[in-house]
Amino acid sequence: MKPQSQIYQRALFDSFRKLDPRWMARNPVMFVVEIGSVLTTLLFIQALFGAGQENPAFIGAIALWLWFTVLFANFSEALAEGRGKAQADSLRAARQDTQAKKLAAPTRDAKISLTPSSDLRQGDVYLVEAGDVLPADGEVIAGVASVNESAVTGESAPVIREAGGDRSAVTGGTLILSDWLVVRVTANPGEGFLERMIAMVEGAKRQKTPNEIALNILLAAFTIIFLIVCITLLPFSIYAVNANGAGTPVTITVLVALLVCLIPTTIGGLLPAIGIAGMDRLIRRNVIALSGRAVEAAGDVDVLLLDKTGTITLGNRQAVEFIAVGNVQERELAQAAQLSSLADETPEGRSIVVLAKEKYNLRGRDGGAEGMTFIEFTAQTRMSGVDFNGTAIRKGAPDTMIQYIASSGNNVPTELNAAVERIAKNGGTPLVVAQDGKGLGVIHLKDIVKGGIKDRFAHLRKMGIKTVMITGDNPLTAAAIAAEAGVDDFLAQATPEAKLTLIRGYQTGGRLVAMTGDGTNDAPALAQADVAVAMNTGTQPAREAANMIDLDSNPTKLIEIVEIGKQLLMTRGALTTFSISNDVAKYFAIIPAAFATTYPALQALNILGLATPASAILSAVIFNALVIIALIPLALRGVPYRAVGAAQLLRDNLLIYGVGGLIAPFIGIKIIDMLLVALRLA
Amino acid sequence: MLSQLRPALVALIALTIITGVLYPFAITLIAQIAFPSQANGSLIVQNGNVVGSALIGQSFDAPKYFWSRPSATGPFAYNAGASSGSNLGPTNPALLEAVQARAEALRAADPNNTAPIPVDLVTASGSGLDPHISVAAANYQIARVARARNLEVARVQQLVAQFTQGRTFGILGEPRVNVLQLNLALDALP
Amino acid sequence: MTFIGILQIVLFVVVLVALAKPLGAYMARVYQGEKTFLDVALKPVEKFLYRLFGTRETDEMDWKTYAVAVLLFSAAGVVFLYALQRVQGFLPLNPQAFGAVSPDSSFNTAASFVTNTNWQGYAGETTMSYLTQMLGMTVQNFVSAATGMAILIAFIRGLTRHNSKLLGNFWVDLTRSTLYILLPLAILVSLVNISQGAMQNLTAYQTANLLQPTTDANGAVVTTQTIAVGPAASQVAIKHLGTNGGGFFNANAAHPFESPTPLTDFVLILAESVIAAALCYTFGKMVGDTRQGWAILAAMIILLTTFMFVAYAAEANGNPAFAQFGIDQTASDVNPGGNMEGKEVRFGIARSALFATATTATSTGAVNSMHDSYMPLGGFVPLFMMQLGEVVLGGVGSGLYGMLVFVIIAVFIAGLMVGRTPEYLGKKIEPFEIKMAALLILIMPLTVLGMTAFAVVHPDGLKSIFNPGAHGFSEVLYAFTSQGNNNGSAFGGLGANTFFYNILGGIAMLISRFWLAVPTLALAGSLVKKKKVPESAGTLPTYSPLFIGWLIAVVLIVGALNFLPALALGPVVEQLMMK
Repeated sequence: MKPQSQIYQRALFDSFRKLDPRWMARNPVMFVVEIGSVLTTLLFIQALFGAGQENPAFIGAIALWLWFTVLFANFSEALAEGRGKAQADSLRAARQDTQAKKLAAPTRDAKISLTPSSDLRQGDVYLVEAGDVLPADGEVIAGVASVNESAVTGESAPVIREAGGDRSAVTGGTLILSDWLVVRVTANPGEGFLERMIAMVEGAKRQKTPNEIALNILLAAFTIIFLIVCITLLPFSIYAVNANGAGTPVTITVLVALLVCLIPTTIGGLLPAIGIAGMDRLIRRNVIALSGRAVEAAGDVDVLLLDKTGTITLGNRQAVEFIAVGNVQERELAQAAQLSSLADETPEGRSIVVLAKEKYNLRGRDGGAEGMTFIEFTAQTRMSGVDFNGTAIRKGAPDTMIQYIASSGNNVPTELNAAVERIAKNGGTPLVVAQDGKGLGVIHLKDIVKGGIKDRFAHLRKMGIKTVMITGDNPLTAAAIAAEAGVDDFLAQATPEAKLTLIRGYQTGGRLVAMTGDGTNDAPALAQADVAVAMNTGTQPAREAANMIDLDSNPTKLIEIVEIGKQLLMTRGALTTFSISNDVAKYFAIIPAAFATTYPALQALNILGLATPASAILSAVIFNALVIIALIPLALRGVPYRAVGAAQLLRDNLLIYGVGGLIAPFIGIKIIDMLLVALRLA
Repeated sequence: MLSQLRPALVALIALTIITGVLYPFAITLIAQIAFPSQANGSLIVQNGNVVGSALIGQSFDAPKYFWSRPSATGPFAYNAGASSGSNLGPTNPALLEAVQARAEALRAADPNNTAPIPVDLVTASGSGLDPHISVAAANYQIARVARARNLEVARVQQLVAQFTQGRTFGILGEPRVNVLQLNLALDALP
Repeated sequence: MTFIGILQIVLFVVVLVALAKPLGAYMARVYQGEKTFLDVALKPVEKFLYRLFGTRETDEMDWKTYAVAVLLFSAAGVVFLYALQRVQGFLPLNPQAFGAVSPDSSFNTAASFVTNTNWQGYAGETTMSYLTQMLGMTVQNFVSAATGMAILIAFIRGLTRHNSKLLGNFWVDLTRSTLYILLPLAILVSLVNISQGAMQNLTAYQTANLLQPTTDANGAVVTTQTIAVGPAASQVAIKHLGTNGGGFFNANAAHPFESPTPLTDFVLILAESVIAAALCYTFGKMVGDTRQGWAILAAMIILLTTFMFVAYAAEANGNPAFAQFGIDQTASDVNPGGNMEGKEVRFGIARSALFATATTATSTGAVNSMHDSYMPLGGFVPLFMMQLGEVVLGGVGSGLYGMLVFVIIAVFIAGLMVGRTPEYLGKKIEPFEIKMAALLILIMPLTVLGMTAFAVVHPDGLKSIFNPGAHGFSEVLYAFTSQGNNNGSAFGGLGANTFFYNILGGIAMLISRFWLAVPTLALAGSLVKKKKVPESAGTLPTYSPLFIGWLIAVVLIVGALNFLPALALGPVVEQLMMK
């Protein structure tokens, strides 16, 4: 990251570069201001030679502030781009050619050959160790390491990257701080994340989104209307002078000043910055939007499809209860369960060990003996366990275990069946434990719903967004978790086809659907969804089908993406309202001033008590320019979004930006006028 | 697109017959049967002579008559063949001159009357044919008319009251006096 | 302002709102082809007409065909009305033997009546034969109104239907509007008014012997009064119901034969407002959510009532310049008080202000008092009501579709503010919709300001100005505001029956009507194709008091921003200079 001052410097420079009319013409509102600036500058020069309609100092001041207006608007855009550009620069710096330790085979011990990073191809495997810069994007296949990803994300705190799970994606250009990783390359040179990101933030080829186009049309219409209002004022004023026999017609300078004050320069000037900043906010949350449309569509999403695992529940089930059957003590069951799970490194297995320890203070090996033989889970036996001292403890899914108990010649206790059923009904997973072919009881494994997720869904509901949980579980389990998490609906035993059908169904009903996905079989559904976020760890087909990629591979982020989309629209709406509301005060400032010589009676409209006609007009123009600068932070940060209903949002924003927009310029113009008087500038 | 031409022409002809011929003729027919007096202009006939309409005012400036409101019709006041207002703007000096002249004329006709003049007596009506004056305007003129006709003021007051119409349902419009009918009644006095 | 005066305004508003639901529900039935109590009499006529036209109820049109039908029908109307005026001298029912109307006036009048403007450069009783009044004016009063209503209904279908192209059949909508709605109401209003003294005959003008002979401008003695008569009541009824406004007589509804009593005045104001108000309910009914209709009506009523009181207050204060002459302008039970110049005693100040506001809020343009003689602030109200774009009730049909364009703009900005792609009634507002909406709000100020600017510096434009100073500017501004919004009322001092104003005004009226109608239909054509987004908590409610307030603000701000400078140089400065 470059220091802030450098970003400002460059933005300043770019503000002037963007004065190029070919660039300005893309923004009709500001183009009109630029033409006005040129016109008043020419009038100023004319006045210098003594042929002006007004005092050259006045014309000069107006011209100067009109130029400022254009520059301020350009500055906001340049500043918004600057953040991205600075990022692109540091990205590009990271994108240097390095020597990669290419491995002959996907193991740490394989033979290393030093290869330029640009020669790495998809599927190649390389080794990185502490101090190395990752030569290419890839997936970790072995090792754990702390990585500094600040080059990409701007976040300097190191992150852990490891094989398996959702932290296995690494990005070229990032730095290994400790340990080592074996990485399989997932992107060919030039197609990596860095390159795409550079292309996106640099390419000012940013496509305008539909709402932005619509808003531009509306702003252009307002501009044309005000153009007519100002042009016709000249004949009107000529008539007035003749009819009243006093004063002189309004001057071109005043008309240009009025025009610039009236046309929606605030929103017109900040509009590009708002759009760029919206994308930028996504980038800073480690999401790359592959199209601007998708960001905007995110604000409109009505339905969120969320994967249960990882998004709604913690990745893994946990043991929460031991249910002993017959005359078996619960402690006995706990001990057996713990023993059988000692070698079970799955999270579920570990949670059983932990639960037994918490509940009965059992410590792993205490109840056991030396020479335990652990039986691993296999697809054939479908159970796992331990043998020691001639005792065999087994645990597994109920149907397998019941068969196992029965085949051992024992009766299956009815209590056992009842417990299994009860757990399943509550959305849990029952694991039956047996000792020497005799059923001891059932372990209750439960999906743990993430803390706070229910509130989050309630918020979404308030926003009018329906949440749908996608899970492979059976409907019974799914329903229970859905109820606990507070989602509106669920799709159980989800297959890729079922997901696709679901999305199409919602879309036919006129809804916009967002989803996250990572697997290859998610690709069709991702392609169908309106907003599709692929995990960076996801497979290539998933990433290609999506229109956004989440580098953190955090499925909950969809919610943030929705909020960013909404912020983007809200900021535009709020500033439009503000901009138009401002005009009322400007009329009160300029109209009495413009016709002061013809109709002194209009001074009654000078409710602000502005000092002189010249100071009134100049104050309005200065306010109009300064308000752009004042609102740059808001444009870049975005109007804060709160998850409340549309009606309340509208009320609040109308109050702030509508009523505020009416009042603010009255105060601002008055203050500027007082300053001008105090400084004897008017 | 020319397929819409036939319906366009036929619809215009058919709807012209319905709304331009059948409708006004039917209304005229019903009106002439049900409301013959009203539909023909509420004409006032005396001895076979049409002396005016109860709804159309006439110009008066003789002291023995109640004066109507000023009228801006041309070429003479209360030309019922060419209704029109003055269209003088509120700040037009011509309006002020006219109002002043009217006020002076009223005062000249009744120099003893120092009461303020009700505004409707000095302002031209919208139609130029306003058959009414306000009750205040009638009251303002009672003394003058009584004097010119050698009548008791009370007698004139009684007549004015007789030709005063209140608000419709007590709400709509303004109380008013029909000038032509009042003056005809005055002339009819023995 | 008096209690009775205020009561008259309140009474009008209450009755208007009370009638909106029953009439609106009836109209919804008519347009949706459901059974009505008039079917017995009218169904056979309707069926017969469709056979005659060569169309079927089921022959629906896309927006382009619909627009072509509207344009062809209107073009035929212009040609016919123009020709009628030019040849009226050779035709019957012309007892006063009026000759041909001048070509430019004929063009202006033809454009005026076909566009539902009913601006009148001519004086009715001295220009038009009975036949022209009946076949020309009365017919266009019906069908131009019915055309506006038809376009509205097509627009509503654009909102209610989805994934379609079809907006209905113009000939069906036109016929139903005329037969089931306008005709029965016109008969009702005609007869009520005739019973009160409104004129309805076909005889030659009457002559009365004056009680006191008078003198004309040249000093010649005048002993008789020619009383203009004619088939007025039947035309007056529809001129109000159809928000047309073109008077049978020059003085329009100030003329005692058009509106003889306060009751007829009440009926006429109600007539010009009631269909437009009820159409809001019809709209709500047709979109399946009457709250949507009430919300729009509420916005309209709030604006209307507020401005009625502004006008009433301004006129009730009277003309301060009269004080020096010892004039009593104080309202009382015997004196209407206030600024009575150009007003009728039977109506007084309150009814005049009420009428002036209603006639300009709706695009009627009839007058019961002369707006040119209003106080500056009083005259500002009718002027501004028109400058809002004739959307406060507005013309029958056209007012509501105009207001719906404002709704779309309000929804667009508000929708952005709540962070969603804006949608109205489940239809997403996208660039094309905004393009059309922008076009629709753009054209009016362009026409009005552009033409006014041209006229106030052109010698032919200046020649016609009657009142001096800022008021003269108001006259010109009013003329183009009125014609550029299809209203038709005037600051009557302006000598508008000149080649310059007839041609320029005629063009303004044609632009205002058809340049708006076509994009409106295009908008409907785009909306009808869209799918319907279901409502959710994130959907901006377009019926809440907040939204009503926002809609009012958008209408006011757009109107004010467009016209504030011009108004400042007209009525505003005139008012300020009086003090």
